[in-house]
Amino acid sequence: MRMNRSNLSLLCCAGTLAVTLGVSSSAQAEGKSLTMCWAAWDPANALVELDKDFTKATGIEMKHEFVPWTSYADHFINLLNSRSTECDLIIGDSQWIGGAAENKWYVKLNDFFEKNKISMDTFLPATVVGYAEWPKNTPNYWGLPAMADAVGWTYRKDWFAKPELRAEFKAKYNRELEPPKTWDELLEVSKFFTGKEIDGKKVYGSYVFSERGSEGITMGVTNAMYNYGFQYDDPKKPYHMTGFVNSPGAAKGMDVYKELFTCCQPPGLTNAYMQEGLDAFKSGQVAMQMNWYAFFPGLAKDPNVGGDKIGFFKNPAGPAGQFTQLGGQGLSVVAASKDVDDALLYVKWFAQPDIQQKWTDLGGASASKAVLESDAFKKSAPYAPSFVESMGMVKDFWAEPLYVPLMLDMQNRVHDYVVANKGTSQQALDSLVKDWIKVFKQEGKDPS
Amino acid sequence: MTVTNPARSLAEAAARRGSARFAARAGLSDRAVAWLFILPTMLLLLAINIFPLIWAIRLSFTSLMANLPTPARFVGLDNYVDILTDEDIWANFRVTAHFVFWTIALQILIGLGLALLINQKFRGHSFWTTIILLPMMLSPAVVGNFWTLLFQPQIGPFNYVIGFFTGVAPSSFSMIGSVVLAPWTIVLVNTWMWTPYVMLICLAGLRSIPDYIYEAAEVDRASPLRQFWSITLPMVLPFLMLAVLFQAIQSFVMFDMVNLLTSGGPGSTTETVSITLKRAAFEKWQTGYASALAVILFVTIFGAANVYVRALNWVKQQ
Repeated sequence: MRMNRSNLSLLCCAGTLAVTLGVSSSAQAEGKSLTMCWAAWDPANALVELDKDFTKATGIEMKHEFVPWTSYADHFINLLNSRSTECDLIIGDSQWIGGAAENKWYVKLNDFFEKNKISMDTFLPATVVGYAEWPKNTPNYWGLPAMADAVGWTYRKDWFAKPELRAEFKAKYNRELEPPKTWDELLEVSKFFTGKEIDGKKVYGSYVFSERGSEGITMGVTNAMYNYGFQYDDPKKPYHMTGFVNSPGAAKGMDVYKELFTCCQPPGLTNAYMQEGLDAFKSGQVAMQMNWYAFFPGLAKDPNVGGDKIGFFKNPAGPAGQFTQLGGQGLSVVAASKDVDDALLYVKWFAQPDIQQKWTDLGGASASKAVLESDAFKKSAPYAPSFVESMGMVKDFWAEPLYVPLMLDMQNRVHDYVVANKGTSQQALDSLVKDWIKVFKQEGKDPS
Repeated sequence: MTVTNPARSLAEAAARRGSARFAARAGLSDRAVAWLFILPTMLLLLAINIFPLIWAIRLSFTSLMANLPTPARFVGLDNYVDILTDEDIWANFRVTAHFVFWTIALQILIGLGLALLINQKFRGHSFWTTIILLPMMLSPAVVGNFWTLLFQPQIGPFNYVIGFFTGVAPSSFSMIGSVVLAPWTIVLVNTWMWTPYVMLICLAGLRSIPDYIYEAAEVDRASPLRQFWSITLPMVLPFLMLAVLFQAIQSFVMFDMVNLLTSGGPGSTTETVSITLKRAAFEKWQTGYASALAVILFVTIFGAANVYVRALNWVKQQ
């Protein structure tokens, strides 16, 4: 059969269009699937919704493997290390990036970004450093910022508005009862609420992370320590930690966290992380709660404590500045995947501005500047303004290949001091420096 | 003089004939047949006990981290030196010793007491025996979760019972969250769970004492206390020592229940060596270091058990 000129032109146009869009037709993609791996939590549900659009656009079915936070790191790091093909795409924790890059668990994305004109300048700088770069602060990209997150605070706006409490607070501290701006104020407000009877129930001032097994207490205590002068190493001499990790300021920050934990944490919450904090806040047990912003959309809508009853504030400042702990994750392509090309196609699709906007609208948290810095976003939710500010003041834990022992050493030292009352903060940090030196030596780094 | 049982001799002769016929048919000697029978068990033991032990000893001299693709490096005795000079490890051994000592002391005291009670004839004897034995029939994982709930300061009944009797506000203290109470909490739960087991062993001991010894003691007008000290305790002692051996090993390596109740916390106040081992092996993934710790634990338990078994044999001979 001969094809006439107009038919040929039409076919060429259609082909060009398909190639330009970079998507395969549903018919072509039939039977194809990608597995996305992440933690099992609220934003993962939003991702499932979002991924339906990807399937609609490409015909590639999206499967999801979500693992509870408690086994998230263990499970996926083992999969990556064993070169498992179970995950094609992974939303991996920021601290994994060093190990993932050096052990080639992730596909390096520089060429792909360049080819597809995906610019890291369109994402918040802290998220690029935290979720994509290894070595840090170098243009070597192993992920696309996917889920922006940081530690923030919620408070019971309705309790803060009670006239009798406001009057009592003013008489005691000679200032208005407002969300705290400094850690000193946080301590005062927490102590003020602790032991009060509100709505017929004894309440406590604040909830802070105290979990010992994975990363909880470290993700909590750093919010105080950063702001009192803690640094991971000498900015001029990488991995040199003495005098930075265990500086007097860092020890003071740890003391402040311990004081807050001791005075104002509800009893029994000595090994508690995200969910316990949410439970304490939702059950009306605490006036203020430290937690990840990722949970705040759900809390804002909570029928008991949401709506007008809840307020949000960023991590209070300390004498050395105002920082907060970075959370969140980047989207990476698993090098062992059998469908790397399709996985890259997903990354390209996910990076589009309208998809980033939809991701946020559904309950995720885009790290795109266009989304986060828009007026629409800042007005979209009561937590949005403080979230944007928080993302501009984040610091992250080590992202070294051996981050797990580094993390667990800090967990042990901090928990021993803050919760178990063992020794002094200075002793705890001095011991931590020794622990970390040992780990870095094992990694072949020079911490001297 | 040797007394022979004619029926037994006939059976042995028939067995010998049977095995000889089998061996003759297969062309195997008696010795070969014996090996054939024990070989599967030997292979199984080698595969699941001896080989992993040898492999762990080998790994203990390396820097292997099982979650990283980097190859293992030979580090000599470094892991052993690190462990034996680490103050935190010694603190964990002290925690373990506290746990083992108090657990055994309470289990022996209460277990023997219960065995003495159950050994009496009374109405509902079987029912109460079953009730007492229930805890040891549960899985440690179930026990851990169950007691975690009971100890919950806000909704746990345990705090309410304590509050009822002492007047302390139930939500004002946490059994598993308090540095002072947590070490005793794991002792309490382990005692609750394993005392019935000690009771059973003691009961076996009590039932093995012939009645005529007590009858003779009564003829001699020995008081019940005197009978206990002079008859019951000495004759039950080998059983008690056996119970101590079993429970010491069980408590020394206790992991699941402690892990579920406190995970070693708060801080490291309940971190027994088995928890330290698990954290080093499966959280920090320091495989070489964890293997060295496992070898140290093995040698400790093996050595202590050997000394103890010698003592047990000596007591039996006495």
